[in-house]
Amino acid sequence: MTPDALWQEHRVLFGRWFSRLRREKLAVLALLAQPLVWLLLFGHLFAQMAQSSAVPGGSYLRFMTAGAVVMTTFNACLQGGVELLFDRESGFLTRMLAAPASRLSMVTSRFIYLAVLTGAQGLIILVAAYVMGVRYAAGLTGIAACLVIGALFGAGITALSVALAFGLKSHSQFFPITGFASLPLTFASSALVPLALMPGWMAAVARLNPMTYAINGVRTLVLSGWQAGPLLRITVILASFDLICLIVAAVTLRRGLR
Amino acid sequence: MSSRAEPAVEAEDLTKTFGATTALDRASFTVHRGEIFGLLGPNGAGKTTAMRILLTLLRPTAGRARVAGLDVASSGRQVRAVTGWVPQDRTVDPLLTTRENVTFMAGMYHLSAKDGRRRAAELLRQAGLDEHQGKLARDLSGGMRRKLEVAMSLVNVPAVLFLDEPTLGLDISARRALWEYVRQIRQSGSTIVLTTHYLDEADRLCDRVAIIDRGRIRATGTPAWLKERCGAATLDDVFLAATGQDLTEQPAVDQLVSS
Repeated sequence: MTPDALWQEHRVLFGRWFSRLRREKLAVLALLAQPLVWLLLFGHLFAQMAQSSAVPGGSYLRFMTAGAVVMTTFNACLQGGVELLFDRESGFLTRMLAAPASRLSMVTSRFIYLAVLTGAQGLIILVAAYVMGVRYAAGLTGIAACLVIGALFGAGITALSVALAFGLKSHSQFFPITGFASLPLTFASSALVPLALMPGWMAAVARLNPMTYAINGVRTLVLSGWQAGPLLRITVILASFDLICLIVAAVTLRRGLR
Repeated sequence: MSSRAEPAVEAEDLTKTFGATTALDRASFTVHRGEIFGLLGPNGAGKTTAMRILLTLLRPTAGRARVAGLDVASSGRQVRAVTGWVPQDRTVDPLLTTRENVTFMAGMYHLSAKDGRRRAAELLRQAGLDEHQGKLARDLSGGMRRKLEVAMSLVNVPAVLFLDEPTLGLDISARRALWEYVRQIRQSGSTIVLTTHYLDEADRLCDRVAIIDRGRIRATGTPAWLKERCGAATLDDVFLAATGQDLTEQPAVDQLVSS
């Protein structure tokens, strides 16, 4: 496979995802509004309660910004595989498989699309939070690093979503599973509440949740600035998470694309 | 590289089993270059399985096949590059326009954006869809959508075009329009292999047919020869005879094929 051929495949596959999105006006609205809803709704809901607690950063909105970025990435990527499942169900995927295009491109284009999409959503949150008074300790480069951490976490979640898309028989199984996973994983993380304020058992579960590490990484950049040690540790944890998820996805894909 | 004399498709003792079920049982047939060849059979006869093996979407359990001179087992990507396929399922992207569906498929066959646009314009004109190129595929009629699917399968100027039940669910005028389109494609140099339930369609459209039942090829020949051989007026009668006890003398049938 030549680089030019790979480029042609990714160009049309990536273009297809965006053309489809562009025509789903309600989906576009939801994608743009959802990050702000996280920020405004949760930010204000918990702000009062948080005044009496020791919230790192001194302001709940500032604390919550990292959670909003990662939660948004998590939700978009968790649902991200379903389009491939729809393609499987409709037979469009098999039609693509009859072309000489690389089978991997059909999946990697989805990863790239979701990274761009969630990156844009993350940027909306960070800009909105800035307008609302949040200042970023790590500066402009820190904002870019926040998006990179989001993408690193999102890659693992997308891989799991793709694995579900190829492992399940139909989308009627996909949505209950992702719906069931979504809320517990969000609440059992440091998205809304610092680990120190959680019940012991919940904090222990949250420490096993990769979302906690992605949030902590973004939060470090927002509240404390560039801290090489913790950021490096978080990057290694997230990369390991991605590796495990990619292996799971590869095994499922191998069966699904056969 | 394949030579000119080589057949477009050669299947030799193709067998495919799914667990205890034998979908295809030592099926052998040859499709000559430039002909329209029909695989006829009831549901579950093995037509689509045979087609999927030839398209490299399924691996045969046994036997071998060559498409455009290329071995399907060892040259999968090359086979895919010289074949086109219109599956039985309706597989356009409803959220893309008519033109976008074709340019998308052009990219999947590694055409540049510019070449893809040019090819799309040419194919949509040929299919009579140029007035609908900005329309979303979901807004096309069944017949137009089927033509779009055929246009999508021609982006690479395939040496062999596979059509799986191309007129299923279409009304008679849409069916006739599609037959005309298929004849045009053949004139442009492609070999066409199609499966169909409609025996009148096979009779009008195909140069030769193979009747397949329970995974086995029961008869092969031109529609006229098969009718004569069975003393039948229509291919329906031939089909009944071939899938029953009367026409199972494969050597006599094969003799005609090889002559």
